[in-house]
Amino acid sequence: MTQKTFTVTAETGIHARPATILVQNASKFDSDIQLEYKGKKVNLKSIMGVMSLGVGKDAEITIFADGSDEEEALASLEETLKSEGLA
Amino acid sequence: MSSVLKGIAASSGIAIAKAYRLVEPDLSFEQTKVEDAGQEVQRFQEALQTSKNELEVIRDRAKVELGEDKAAIFEAHLLVLSDPELVSPIEEKINQEQVNAEAALKETADMFVTMFEQMDNEYMKERAADIRDVTKRVLSHLLGVKVLNPSMISEEVVVIAEDLTPSDTAQLNREFVKGFTTNIGGRTSHSAIMARSMEIPAVVGTKEATETIENGDIIIVDGLNGEVHINPSDDMIRKYEEEAAGFADQKAEWAKLVDEKTVTAEGRHVELAANIGTPKDLEGVANNGGEGIGLYRTEFLYMGRTELPSEDEQFESYKAVLEGMKDKPVVVRTLDIGGDKELPYLNLPEEMNPFLGFRAIRLCLEQTDLFRTQLRALLRASSYGNLKIMFPMISTLGEFREAKSLLLKVKDELAHEGIEVSDSIEIGIMVEIPSTAVMADQFAKEVDFFSIGTNDLIQYTMAADRMNERVSYLYQPYNPAILRLIKMVIDASHKEGKWTGMCGEMAGDEIAIPILLGLGLDEFSMSATSILPARTQIKQLSDDKMKTLAEHVLTLSTNEEVIEAVKKEINL
Repeated sequence: MTQKTFTVTAETGIHARPATILVQNASKFDSDIQLEYKGKKVNLKSIMGVMSLGVGKDAEITIFADGSDEEEALASLEETLKSEGLA
Repeated sequence: MSSVLKGIAASSGIAIAKAYRLVEPDLSFEQTKVEDAGQEVQRFQEALQTSKNELEVIRDRAKVELGEDKAAIFEAHLLVLSDPELVSPIEEKINQEQVNAEAALKETADMFVTMFEQMDNEYMKERAADIRDVTKRVLSHLLGVKVLNPSMISEEVVVIAEDLTPSDTAQLNREFVKGFTTNIGGRTSHSAIMARSMEIPAVVGTKEATETIENGDIIIVDGLNGEVHINPSDDMIRKYEEEAAGFADQKAEWAKLVDEKTVTAEGRHVELAANIGTPKDLEGVANNGGEGIGLYRTEFLYMGRTELPSEDEQFESYKAVLEGMKDKPVVVRTLDIGGDKELPYLNLPEEMNPFLGFRAIRLCLEQTDLFRTQLRALLRASSYGNLKIMFPMISTLGEFREAKSLLLKVKDELAHEGIEVSDSIEIGIMVEIPSTAVMADQFAKEVDFFSIGTNDLIQYTMAADRMNERVSYLYQPYNPAILRLIKMVIDASHKEGKWTGMCGEMAGDEIAIPILLGLGLDEFSMSATSILPARTQIKQLSDDKMKTLAEHVLTLSTNEEVIEAVKKEINL
């Protein structure tokens, strides 16, 4: 299991388009990928799960990946967070 | 059997094509036990797959026709259908409880809908609508009901609907929609405005179009006389084909005036401008000889999406319009949302009287971030053409001063950032509230121009909701009460050396034009398709005679008397 914590810097937090892109990216990997915010964990491959967290600006989020391609998945998600200006 | 429906002629022309019902299908079903849960799961997966395939096609088409932005909504729909948190519980429910797929789907989706609706966030409510939308699609496939895919229309049709909302029209494949007919609405409803901007015939307010017309019926939309013929005889079709040809001839006649200036019989120039909603409408403006844009409705930039348009995005649209019009005047109206135009993502509470509520400038002066973004985009675009800015729904001078001071502040900020802003931007207001018309003499000292919005001015003066058909008899544009207010506004502006335009329906109306000309209106802004007929009419009208006519009708007592007097004068 790999994990990493980020601070959300985007003014609008994680919803709408950025959430869509994160979920699309996560879905490409075989590993179980989860997103934790305020003690609540959701499946990062679930758009509704991610949206339901209501992650706003300055939120501390942790991404957990568990599976054969976990390292690769986490690196790729980190890249998405950066390129979308989220964290 | 052929039959005919009467309605309101909302957009001129004649269309003959097959009916396409844009009506919500019946998706009711009963919960049942299934014998073979495995087979039921498979049935669910097939419906899911069909829905996904459909959405992919729609998304790709939307990308090309509406842009990445509007296609994003379908991308989100696709993700919902692939969401393991939605799909797995449904399959589990079918397997464990042996219920039919319809029931398992509905129950699971409803749970998410409720969850999102209860969240205290504007985006979340939108997500509830997304889930409801995609659920409907899958449910339709499970039930074998035809799904409505207005963006997939691929043959010439006449669209039949209860009403057409902005999001409905955004999805329509314009290439194949030859005409509209709706149950409700009037000349000023969204569907009517849309039809005129698309330059297709429409008859609205037929009351029973959706009840009487079946998919595939042959329909004639007579947008000249406000009639809809259902399955007409061959003779009737021939007659209408001739009439359509005649209309095309008349249009060709009008088209000769495209490059001419609009002048009265004495040769005085008045400006005929167009009302537009998006940069796409510029083509129609050019084809119809518009001398400027008298009303650019910016709210379309904000509609049919899930979040506010960014400053850059707005800037690009404004710039496109300003450049497209070269140095001709472009009057941009700042955001006019509220009333019958909602933005779900703003998450505004429902109101008892939306037309009298928190809308337009009232909203912009409170949500200043949103307003600032628009003003910045506008000012940045100002150096690309002849921009004039007007504020909608102004009811007091205080509101105008506040809006103007914000505008000037934003201008200073841009100057500090070294961004070029035009120095000659005129700042005006819409006159659509009686208090403002009555106080026009005071306003005229501070504004650069007035633009009279007659649709709202009439509704507020007569206290008659223009969406309510039962009081539609009170929509009286020629009532001397309205004409007197218009005169006050025009006179007040001229006294201060300012100008007055009109951007409501009335500006393009053949009964109103003679009076307005007589009252000294400087600019007439209308649907692009009304410009050439108006130019033709104005050429034949004498200023002196219209002045006398205007003075005379102001002394009359009813709407009907005014109509009669005008008709007599100009031989209509």
